Amino acid sequence: MAMKLDKIQLNLLEQVADLHEVPAGAYNIRTNGTSAGRSTTANIDIVSKEDKDGIDIIIKPGTKKESIHIPVLLSESGIEEMVYNDFHIGDDADVVIVAGCGIHNGGDLASKHDGVHSFFIGKNAKVKYVEKHYGYGDGKGEKIMNPVTVIEMGENSYFEMETAQIRGVDSTNRKTIAKLADGATLIVGEKLLTHGTQQAITEFEIDLYGEKSSAHVVSRSVAQDDSYQEFISRVYGNNECNGHTECDAIVMNNAKVTAIPEIKANHTEASLIHEAAIGKIAGEQLIKLMTLGLTEKEAEEHIISGFLK
Amino acid sequence: MLELRNVSYTVTDNGKKEILKNINLTIDDRFVVITGPNGSGKSTLAKIIAGIITPTSGQILLDGVDITEMSITERAKAGISFAFQQPVRFKGITVKDLINLAAGRKLNFTEACNYLSEVGLCARDYINREVNASLSGGELKRIEIAMILARGTKLSLFDEPEAGIDLWSFNSLIRVFEAMHESIKGNILIISHQERILEIADKIVLLKDGEISQIGTKDEIMPQILGTSGVCPQIKE
Repeated sequence: MAMKLDKIQLNLLEQVADLHEVPAGAYNIRTNGTSAGRSTTANIDIVSKEDKDGIDIIIKPGTKKESIHIPVLLSESGIEEMVYNDFHIGDDADVVIVAGCGIHNGGDLASKHDGVHSFFIGKNAKVKYVEKHYGYGDGKGEKIMNPVTVIEMGENSYFEMETAQIRGVDSTNRKTIAKLADGATLIVGEKLLTHGTQQAITEFEIDLYGEKSSAHVVSRSVAQDDSYQEFISRVYGNNECNGHTECDAIVMNNAKVTAIPEIKANHTEASLIHEAAIGKIAGEQLIKLMTLGLTEKEAEEHIISGFLK
Repeated sequence: MLELRNVSYTVTDNGKKEILKNINLTIDDRFVVITGPNGSGKSTLAKIIAGIITPTSGQILLDGVDITEMSITERAKAGISFAFQQPVRFKGITVKDLINLAAGRKLNFTEACNYLSEVGLCARDYINREVNASLSGGELKRIEIAMILARGTKLSLFDEPEAGIDLWSFNSLIRVFEAMHESIKGNILIISHQERILEIADKIVLLKDGEISQIGTKDEIMPQILGTSGVCPQIKE
């Protein structure tokens, strides 16, 4: 399907998917509420849902080293949408999925993208899932994103999720729910920077049902100006398993951060750890970089960009 | 050349306490070592020179230019480097990032390797490591010294460089100082308790209770420090 993206949309595409043009391999690009382009491969099929907005992505068992891009771009002010995308990943597949939502809001109406991504991961399958959220535009209209991610992991499957939301999004309420079978491994890395009066709430709920399953959730965030962040992480060990949740936040100016890690062992062989640390940038870090010739402001920028790298 | 004129520092937190009293000192030798008992004000003096602590009174001059009012950044740019006694850890910042920042430009692998191998670290193993809790105190200390090498400024200040230098030998540390002087031709000011570092000093400054009690060559000062430290002979052995 031939497709054309304008300048704003291309910029959003670059920000959320690191793409300069329409990608190779399987993709589905959604712009302003409708599908703007789609490509499938011999192993990956993408089908529109009949009953609601969204798509089914079907990856054949044994598919190796393929990638799927499904960016969502909103460049018109005032669009509100709710999208359901389901990923059916066959046994033994090994794929990279890049999703992301970019909003450019130059108007005064709120733009809102709510999405539910559900992953059904087959046995021994390996998935790397990258999701970026980005917003810009000088209009008064808010840029709102509320992503929900549901992950059902089969035996010995591996799911690595990388999410980033650096500036630009006014309001986020993110929820990630995962259920792990025997031997499954879940790794989540979250990067977050809020500024202005932005608000971001991220919530994880992970159930380790399988024997020798393991989950690691690591969140690093920076809250600037008058922004607010809340990190909630619940890891439940229901079998012989390993769970680890960590939140590390830098708080600046008048920002506020809440971290609520919760771990629950429903099995004597469950081994669970939670860590949470919130604080300002250490004075000695600033001083060290200043003794190398950086100004205080430059030192602060280096520390933050390293922290969120 | 660094000059301290009547530098004093007083804190008034819990009653008035003079940390440094009328320090007058000129540093224009190759190696100057400041030594003295714990709490004598050595580290405070180093922080005053680097601009981290502002003196209550007095003047500091670098090559004749008054730098008393300069910030940490301005002093760094004017040519002062400072290796901390306890190096700082950074999440996400790599050894390469720090060496580049110290050098003020992006170094290629060979250049970075030169600085790291000087302090006994293999660049291949360390260049991309984060300067976080995964590094030992001794490793951090060597990276701290490598940063000073990369800066190459006319005055290099080391606060107890020998502390925590694990398996790496003293000889190597001393060789680094000598090589550093060879290539930079600047002044090196070291705060140390270590006899073997005192032995390479061209000038030793003995600080006691916030005052300079003596300045002289190692031949003049060493016998006194070692003979009259007041420590019981059992401990000394």
